[in-house]
Amino acid sequence: MASSERDGWAVLALSGEIDIATAPRVRERLYALLAEGRERLVVDLDDVGFLDSTGLGVLVGVLKRVRTQGGELRLVCTQPRIVKVFEITRLDSAFAIFDSIDGAVRDGSPS
Amino acid sequence: MGDRIELDFPARPDYLALVRTVVTMIAAAGSKLPDTRIDDLRLAVTEACANAIDAERRLTTGHHGSVVLRCWVEPEQVVIEVHDGAGGFDPDHLVPHPPPQRPDRLQFERGLGIPLMRELSDGVEFRAEGGGTTVRLLLTSDPRR
Repeated sequence: MASSERDGWAVLALSGEIDIATAPRVRERLYALLAEGRERLVVDLDDVGFLDSTGLGVLVGVLKRVRTQGGELRLVCTQPRIVKVFEITRLDSAFAIFDSIDGAVRDGSPS
Repeated sequence: MGDRIELDFPARPDYLALVRTVVTMIAAAGSKLPDTRIDDLRLAVTEACANAIDAERRLTTGHHGSVVLRCWVEPEQVVIEVHDGAGGFDPDHLVPHPPPQRPDRLQFERGLGIPLMRELSDGVEFRAEGGGTTVRLLLTSDPRR
């Protein structure tokens, strides 16, 4: 999990497989960024090989917290097998999903 | 007849990656399911096993129970059964989530596993058995979606 800074956004790049074994670490890391006062987050899922409902649940929880703090969460996700998980749960309409980090950190509406 | 495989593994999250890897490799080798269906299988099996592990973890204190997975692989279909011995639940009385556009959808971080299994599989059955729950998943090479 590598985090970086882009135009005022904290970008967290996730990799590997996210399931009930690994999702708690992802949750901790994202909650830590929020606790540091980071309110504009980009989570890059393009190196994630597998995402299950626990991973989705973590992202839902972060989205809720971010909104409570008046911030914003954007996802980068282009891999068909990961995009499909958002589509079949219909959570693609709850999240702002972008094709690239560049697209995500640009102002304006989701692409 | 196709191959039948049985795995009996500790109800611990760190076994999940190994179990789904074994199941998907066996299914890919022994069936004609296309890659997209193997991906669906990988996720559906993970959800079924995660629920079983969760159920066992809630039940046992101090030591972990075990989860039994059986897999029947045939050219045109794969059947998976995942059994835990942790009481059981009623899958027909799950509270549905609000639509994703509604702000209160974000109150629900859990409960996506069973809808995912239903969406990814050609058939899902839950039955009370042996003091626990058995989930049976059917995936065919000719998906309904």
